[in-house]
Amino acid sequence: MKVSLRYFASVREAMGRGLEERQTGASTLAGLRDELQSLGEPYAQALGAGKAVRMALDQVMAEGDAPLRDGCEVAFFPPVTGG
Amino acid sequence: MAPRVSIQAADFDVGQELARLRAADHRVGAVCSFVGTVRAAGEGGADEVLGMELEHYPGMTEKAIEAMIHEAHRRFEIFAARVVHRVGPLAPGEQIVLVAVTSSHRGQSFQACEFLMDYLKTQAPFWKKERTPAGERWVDARSSDDEALARWGIQARNG
Repeated sequence: MKVSLRYFASVREAMGRGLEERQTGASTLAGLRDELQSLGEPYAQALGAGKAVRMALDQVMAEGDAPLRDGCEVAFFPPVTGG
Repeated sequence: MAPRVSIQAADFDVGQELARLRAADHRVGAVCSFVGTVRAAGEGGADEVLGMELEHYPGMTEKAIEAMIHEAHRRFEIFAARVVHRVGPLAPGEQIVLVAVTSSHRGQSFQACEFLMDYLKTQAPFWKKERTPAGERWVDARSSDDEALARWGIQARNG
């Protein structure tokens, strides 16, 4: 299926871009993150296991077990620090 | 009717915002507000902050704050809530965020205002980058923000 990926703050800087579209075989957010990490740099650096990365699915905070669907928007970013 | 949520680069006028909230509903007996400002010192007061840059996730930010206002209405007896959050470059002393809530009596609006700020710190997609004499750095999330949200029975999983 096709997913839109968005990156913010330090994750965006590590990725060198804020937006991309990808085909994925993953069925969950965690599966997608694992798949991206295995692509090497810059994904491994930006989304590696040791990184405190939070995720949103279709613009709502989500955990790793959230199921993906075709055309969804997935965002990766560090813990938020607004206010 | 004024929007409940504004994400903007421009500064805001607290007096004008509060006056609008009061004027909108004559049942209002209490208006509680919180204003966050840019500190001139970094975490721990260690060094000088020359300025900061606020990044957000357009679309999700508005949606997340609307959801939290909805939750505040569910939990507290309040009439209205207003959130203004600035993005882009900001200097020390400048206002970053306004949360204002109206109710009949002070208790509910005090609580709702604090709830909204605790929620915003951990659930709204904003990121701060500080500019210091030593260079730029992203501000780390604080575990105390997650703990503040936990008081309301919500697991934050942010920091």
